[in-house]
Amino acid sequence: MAIGETIRNSQIWKSIFRHPMPLDRRNRIVVMLTNFFLHLHPVSIKKQGIALSFTWCMGGVTFFLFLVETVTGVLLMFYYRPTLEWAYNDILALRDVTSLGILRELHRWGAHAMVITTWLHMYRVFLTGSYKPPREFNWVIGVILLLLTLLLSFTGYLLPWDQLAIWAITVGSNMARATPILGYEGPGQQLLSIGGIDMITDGSDARFGLLGARFVGEETLNRFYVLHCIAIPLAVALLLAIHFWRVRKDGGISGPL
Amino acid sequence: MHSPELFLKDVSGFLGGYYAAIAIANAIAALILWQKKNQPGWALVWTVFAGVMMVLCGLALTGSPSLVPALPAAVRAAVNALSGPVIYTLGTTALLVILFVFRKFFVQPMVAWTILNVSLLAMGLSMADANFASIVMKPDNVPIVGLVFLLAFFTWVATKQAVVNDERIARGEPPMEKLDDEKVLVWPDLVYTELICMVAVSAFLLAWAILLQAPLEEPASSVKTPNPSKAPWYFLGLQEMLVYFDPWYAGVVLPSLVIFGLMAIPYLDYNKKGNGYYSIAERKFGYLTFQFGFLELWITLIILGTFLRGPNWNFFGPFEYWSPYKVEVLNNVDLPQMFWVNLLDRPLPRPPQGAGALTQVGYILLREAPGLLIMGAYLVLLPPLLAVTIFRGFFKKMGFIRYMVMMNLMLLMLTLPLKMILRWTVNLKYIISIPEFSLNF
Ligand code: HEM
Repeated sequence: MAIGETIRNSQIWKSIFRHPMPLDRRNRIVVMLTNFFLHLHPVSIKKQGIALSFTWCMGGVTFFLFLVETVTGVLLMFYYRPTLEWAYNDILALRDVTSLGILRELHRWGAHAMVITTWLHMYRVFLTGSYKPPREFNWVIGVILLLLTLLLSFTGYLLPWDQLAIWAITVGSNMARATPILGYEGPGQQLLSIGGIDMITDGSDARFGLLGARFVGEETLNRFYVLHCIAIPLAVALLLAIHFWRVRKDGGISGPL
Repeated sequence: MHSPELFLKDVSGFLGGYYAAIAIANAIAALILWQKKNQPGWALVWTVFAGVMMVLCGLALTGSPSLVPALPAAVRAAVNALSGPVIYTLGTTALLVILFVFRKFFVQPMVAWTILNVSLLAMGLSMADANFASIVMKPDNVPIVGLVFLLAFFTWVATKQAVVNDERIARGEPPMEKLDDEKVLVWPDLVYTELICMVAVSAFLLAWAILLQAPLEEPASSVKTPNPSKAPWYFLGLQEMLVYFDPWYAGVVLPSLVIFGLMAIPYLDYNKKGNGYYSIAERKFGYLTFQFGFLELWITLIILGTFLRGPNWNFFGPFEYWSPYKVEVLNNVDLPQMFWVNLLDRPLPRPPQGAGALTQVGYILLREAPGLLIMGAYLVLLPPLLAVTIFRGFFKKMGFIRYMVMMNLMLLMLTLPLKMILRWTVNLKYIISIPEFSLNF
């Protein structure tokens, strides 16, 4: 393999990878320490902690699906405009006109799969008792990640702007109307009134805050688009960084003492 | 609706592939059992089963109504007639209890494999029913079918290890996880596992995306309300709770409590055992509480809300046509009505004309006194009462605050099954009903 040899000995290659092929023990350690992506992991790990029967690799699969969603999501953003005029037509064109016509499928099924794998990951963390000290707080971060995953999926559900989308979001967000005190049909909303004027109306309650309007309309589409493509993914990315960092700091994957 | 002939032509290709896949899986299982596990008896059983599946595959591919394997119409009608929210909920609970109590039996690989084959076969036979197929094969519902099988599989994986560990612990040995204590290098052991996982997930997702098109219905219209209008599938458990509670509780308070309760778990569970390995015996209370909340109150309600709730949120059997004209008589009664009118034979307490605000509130409180007393006793008296009786051990070990938080979370979680039971038995609508403040419970 003269060419391979030449490439691997070139200055460019060596400037990128600071280690030779990780074939012997020394280099297998060096690769973990010097590669940015791999340094997420420790150098060595208890055999039990990487057994598939123990972790089901579910956290890893969830993370991978998050990455798949990020990539396919960015590609979808090239094709999609979040306005009443274009949203539906852009999705229609994605199916009928665009080459590589499975982009939307990858993104949608990936999203469903991510919800499922997040639940399964939580399930395994519970069943192995891995939320017990010292990992209590990482479980809490996990619960927030679970909530954000559901919100990501929920906000994305609206974007195709078809019947399925707006009615699912209408049904879902109607709940906010009944928020105690803060929803205009909720118990105790009468309490927030100043001089006989209700503070909580259908134009100022929790649902209005969520939708940006009195019903699911263009304001909602814009709001959900920004939440879906920017705000929530950023929050998830930040929390994932903390989640992974804490897995290491809490002593690696849990195991019997 | 197409005619049954057209429908069967449509699904015959899918069903043929489905039975062929089961046959292949069983053939592989038989090969492994024969070659590696030295169990020729079982190998023979699954070879025969694979053969039968190949026959079903051939029959399915014909697409003819008389040949495609299906459940007899009488069986389907009986299932439809029998099913309802009560049977469904009690049935799934009973099933989970049986699986739990006899877990040692059910985790045996051959038992689990038999159950898997039987459920796959039942699924295939059901799929030849147009009504069943039209709901289950809705693109957005397919993931839930996957979820059910995945949950069953992983529950099996976990329980199997827990059973072994519990036996080992009973013998005074450490859990199995302890045996793999030595350290290995992450490259190659973990990195390659991750690579294989990524390739497998990518392949799976690609296949799914190619085989199943994402749904796109008519353009959004705020005047054409679909019936049923459903939230995304992962919220359908919450939507199902709307049958029993008003939105402020089912849609806002309960979900917030679920999130809060999940976050509180590590701080409430003082049991130090069972950290880092599968075990049931060492943490029975925590295990059962979580499984009840997750599998019964979350997952089975999602399944119910997705597959068995049709137009007007009426209940439909698995093989029933979702007719928008189905009428269900609701004659639910509020507790004040039951107490004042039915029991005491008096009218509901009502303030006199032109009464001041305070008097009005007084009358409301009087009217709702039965419900308020019951809920007060449930949430205020029950925790201390339990603390000095059956939960005395908990109370001592947890301290006042942690015990109270746990008890209240548990009691609030139990409001759901309790309300279900009250609805089914005495047609109770609301325990407390104060429409004046939009407060119904
Ligand atoms: C976006 C969702 C999430 C991602 C991508 C993620 C990712 C991961 C990964 C890669 C690990 C390493 C071990 C493994 O793969 O099992 C892990 C561990 C852990 N996760 Fe998550 N997670 C997510 C959500 C959650 C949720 C919902 C919970 C719990 C409610 C949770 C709690 C934990 C805990 C406690 C650990 C440490 C487990 C141990 O040491 O055995 N995570 N997570």
